[in-house]
Amino acid sequence: MLIGKASEYRYSEITPQSVFLRRREFLAAMMASGSAFAAGTKLEGVVKSNYKVDDAVNSYKDATTYNNFYEFGTQKELPAIQARNFKTSPWTVSIEGDCAKPRKFSVEEIMKLAPLEERVYRFRCVEAWSMIVPWIGFSLSTLLKQVEPTAKAKFVAFETYYNRKEMPSSNYAGIPFPYVDGLRLDEAMHPLALLTFGMYGEMLPPQNGAPIRMIVPWKYGFKSIKSIAKIKLQSSMPPVTWNLAIPHEYGFYSNVNPRVDHPRWSQGSERRLGEFRKRPTLMFNGYDEVAGLYSGMDLKKFI
Amino acid sequence: MLRNRWTKVFVFVLCLTPLFWLGWRAYRNDLTANPIELITRYTGDWVLRLIVATLAVTPLRKLLRLPDLIRFRRMIGLFAFFYGVLHFITYLWLDKFFEMREMILDIGKRPFITAGFAAFLAMVPLAITSTTGWIRRLGGKRWQLLHRLVYVSAIAGVVHYLWLVKSDIRQPAIYGALVGVLLLYRAAVKLR
Repeated sequence: MLIGKASEYRYSEITPQSVFLRRREFLAAMMASGSAFAAGTKLEGVVKSNYKVDDAVNSYKDATTYNNFYEFGTQKELPAIQARNFKTSPWTVSIEGDCAKPRKFSVEEIMKLAPLEERVYRFRCVEAWSMIVPWIGFSLSTLLKQVEPTAKAKFVAFETYYNRKEMPSSNYAGIPFPYVDGLRLDEAMHPLALLTFGMYGEMLPPQNGAPIRMIVPWKYGFKSIKSIAKIKLQSSMPPVTWNLAIPHEYGFYSNVNPRVDHPRWSQGSERRLGEFRKRPTLMFNGYDEVAGLYSGMDLKKFI
Repeated sequence: MLRNRWTKVFVFVLCLTPLFWLGWRAYRNDLTANPIELITRYTGDWVLRLIVATLAVTPLRKLLRLPDLIRFRRMIGLFAFFYGVLHFITYLWLDKFFEMREMILDIGKRPFITAGFAAFLAMVPLAITSTTGWIRRLGGKRWQLLHRLVYVSAIAGVVHYLWLVKSDIRQPAIYGALVGVLLLYRAAVKLR
């Protein structure tokens, strides 16, 4: 019925039906692109990380059919459908700005920089729902160190790939594109800030931000920018799409904070997908280790 | 044809179809990863659709020269209220877990909830006084005046939806346009 019982099988033991039914497509797509990293490909040699919450992991289906990716539709079920043919390989990310060694990286190059880790994080959306997802990647700091940020670099600006022709829904989303977001450099260098390539043992599917995205678990979900095309180190605070769209509702930081309500969603509690009762929302989404980044700041003001 | 008594049965079943469809999807376990959100949105959508349908009865009677359409107006209006009750219960139960204090705070705090609650409240007296007995008791003129509250409900309902969406306002804009046209029609008739 409405709320299903948790499956006795672990997600890793199950091939989701959608993947199973599309196995030929995956093989064909992989051969066509000549890449071993097409969406849905199993990732090898992933090590389990200690960053792991104990809550039950949400199903692959939950995490891949309930998405906010406004370039591909503003209703949760649309990105899974409309991003299906989004070509995410080959893919390059340009890293530029205040750093000694700016350059372009292919996703394959980035993925070889460090061992891939599986981290089971809480994911809390500003719309007061949450889920538990096993992401695969490594700390963003690993990549940033490669380009050697200079002393001028105080912020990191991210930009999502944008092409109106491939993303027809973007005309109706009501927010400006390309999607942009940013972190303070010290936030970006925090080990929890995860540069993400995969989930549930596989490369990210397009609707989840393939082939490379951020996961910033102590902030609301929209801060975890998807399908990154550009990363820029800079001295000034970068613009943030939701702040540009609705300045009185969204600021720069958007840390999960049960004490600061949003005009439409009271943030004191949340509904974990698959659960009936609501849960209390935790400060910094339960990631207290980031509190030091904001010491002395009034988090009611710096939303 | 519209006078056939079976037409009322047909409209009744038609108005219940969305609920059966929702039940079928629930049975099929096809209510997305967030069933409660889907149920809330779904019932809310049908309130607005049925309010638009009620408001459309009078203009359509005149424009299509089908005066008998009036036979269905009360039923459609009551179904709008019925889905409104389902929508409200979904919120009160699955969002607030019947904590009245929480609910009242919420109505004061979140503008889109304030608008939605106003839209719902405005429908209550209309549902109560929908019976023939109440029309007689109030007298046609006063009854009609009271039932103009449906305009308040329609406008507040659209505002509720508009304030709820984050940025893509296409859906509430469509309802807004429909309600706008139906109200303008009445204003035009009055001024003529």
